[in-house]
Amino acid sequence: MPAMLSGEMIEVLRASRLAGWVLEPEAKRLLSLRGLRVPRFQTATEEEDAVRRAREIGYPVVAKAVSPTIIHKSEYGAVVVGIAGDEEIRSVFHRLRKLPGFDRLLVEEMVSGLELIVGAKIDYQFGPVILLGMGGTGVEIYKDATLRMAPLKEADAASMIRGLKAHALLQGYRGAEPVNLPDLTRLLLAFSELAMDLQDEVESIDLNPVKCSADQCIVADARIMLA
Amino acid sequence: MDFTRLFEPRTMAVIGVSLANDRHPANVIYYKNHLRYPVTVYPVNPQGGDIQGERVYPHLREIPERVDLAVVAVRAEQVPGVIEECVAAGVGGAAVISGGFAESGRKDLQDRVVDIAREADFPFVGPNCLGLYSPDYVDTFFIPSERVVRPNPGGVAMVSQSGGVLVDQMVKFALEGVGMSLAVSIGNKALVRETDLLRYLMADSRTRVIALYVEGFAKNEGREFVQIASRSPKPVIVLKAGKSPGGAKAVSSHTASLGGDYRVFSEILAQFGVAEARNESELVSFCESLSCYPRSIEGRIGIVTGSGGHGAMAVDLCFGQGLQVPSLSESVQRQIREKLSPSIRSIASVENPVDLTGSAVDDDFVLAASLLSKAPEVDCIVMLLLPYLPGCTMDLGARLSQVYRKEGKPIVAYVPHVERYRMLIEGFELNHVPVAPSIDGAVLMAEAMKRCRPC
Repeated sequence: MPAMLSGEMIEVLRASRLAGWVLEPEAKRLLSLRGLRVPRFQTATEEEDAVRRAREIGYPVVAKAVSPTIIHKSEYGAVVVGIAGDEEIRSVFHRLRKLPGFDRLLVEEMVSGLELIVGAKIDYQFGPVILLGMGGTGVEIYKDATLRMAPLKEADAASMIRGLKAHALLQGYRGAEPVNLPDLTRLLLAFSELAMDLQDEVESIDLNPVKCSADQCIVADARIMLA
Repeated sequence: MDFTRLFEPRTMAVIGVSLANDRHPANVIYYKNHLRYPVTVYPVNPQGGDIQGERVYPHLREIPERVDLAVVAVRAEQVPGVIEECVAAGVGGAAVISGGFAESGRKDLQDRVVDIAREADFPFVGPNCLGLYSPDYVDTFFIPSERVVRPNPGGVAMVSQSGGVLVDQMVKFALEGVGMSLAVSIGNKALVRETDLLRYLMADSRTRVIALYVEGFAKNEGREFVQIASRSPKPVIVLKAGKSPGGAKAVSSHTASLGGDYRVFSEILAQFGVAEARNESELVSFCESLSCYPRSIEGRIGIVTGSGGHGAMAVDLCFGQGLQVPSLSESVQRQIREKLSPSIRSIASVENPVDLTGSAVDDDFVLAASLLSKAPEVDCIVMLLLPYLPGCTMDLGARLSQVYRKEGKPIVAYVPHVERYRMLIEGFELNHVPVAPSIDGAVLMAEAMKRCRPC
């Protein structure tokens, strides 16, 4: 394992070997160790625990099923947003626990913003490559993305942002506030360094969505596929 | 690895000439060079004897002088032994024409050849290739002399994984008057690869533009390639084959799905300022343009035309390429109009495109080109010239070239390519101003300068 990875990061990767990918809570932990912002979250395996965690974070919350067999959560209805109170989190817990491979419930704060995707793949010919695109569940419909070879320089990040068809949306379209572009640039650069350090361990990383608002860019979901 | 003796040989051995079959590729290569190139050529075959009265040497070591280049055209199994002999005889490098290696399941045999060569620091191109064409030195392509269409010596070097594409491209270069400094067919690229030749050509004084036909790179080799290319003082152009996605394999990652192999390739070339030619005609136009103007522009085009329709088509083509056609400032427009011939002053359009109409004379074209050369809103001028306009003379190409030489802003021209207008075209070519045979071609020449700008 490369020296640039901390002991805790190496442990996360090792523990995920069997599943072949890093589940969301661990992926977010790993990202936050490298300075990428993620929502406050907790995990729970019991109903009462889920209620307690939701209260700690403060309603409304998001709940997601954590399962090694569910890669695309939205296809299973495994993401519930805007949970307003105890009753609702209880019923969500009961529903999601029946999903295949259910391991834990992830409870996290609601974040808002324009949905982007930031990704990495280890390309055979070029090594680590970084992608920025319009994200969310429609990512494969918009297909609006730019790619650059890592490590990114600041100018690369700027040209990736400029290269999106939806570029105007990021800059504050029709009176909307522009997203925090310096923060997006910071995220892209930190992520590109991480992709360089993980190139022997991973096949691809999807941060989708990354929610970008005028305040910040925050990784709302993350999936790391191991090599 | 030193390529000098390989690419600029004074002496050459053709190993594997046939005594029985005079149409054997090795014989074709031998005769062609013996009869038509300055290189001194020695045919080699273990049986000795003679072909067309020339002595055939049974062995390399019997050749009376040191051999710079060995062309190897023996059976695959014999190639490792021949390369050992080349090394022992102090040969400068080899072109291994023979097939029957990795491409037909004999990677082991190929690896043996590579091991021998690497150990001895002995450069060879191939196997399974056509070798090289080095103007004024040598031509190892096994195409009979009378059928070869050979470009003039010039500034474009081309490296190709496919020999067929290379030969065909050379025909197109010759047709468009694009001169070449070197053409290398690298075939299986077992030892000498694109990255090695890129480094060599970046330093080669004959070469002004480096063009490559690439099917694919080895693991992480693309990374190395763009990193080297980004330091190139000369434009690097790549034509990539294999753009269609492979089998639709299910991908669990959106990044992998959006970032297909070709898309990654294409966007990374752009990132590092390597101009990707998307097809053969782009490759020819890019080579012609960049060998005249080895630098990048932002792509703000000023168009000068003698016909409104040509101007309108050029605008469409510019937009299609993502080139801008900015409007000209009031003062530039006023200056142009004030100095035009009285007969067209009231009918010409001095916006962009500048349409001088069919009544314009040489002076009007020269004036418009001069003023656009001084206008900061455009960084390249496309001249659409119709030699049949009564007011245009055959001197116009040379006169417009002088505008470029004085002002330094790139000018690309469209002139219909027929023999009758040859003198007009030559006026540009002699001054290294590129001329296209179509409006599309002229716009592509401008696009070339934008596409080698890192983004």
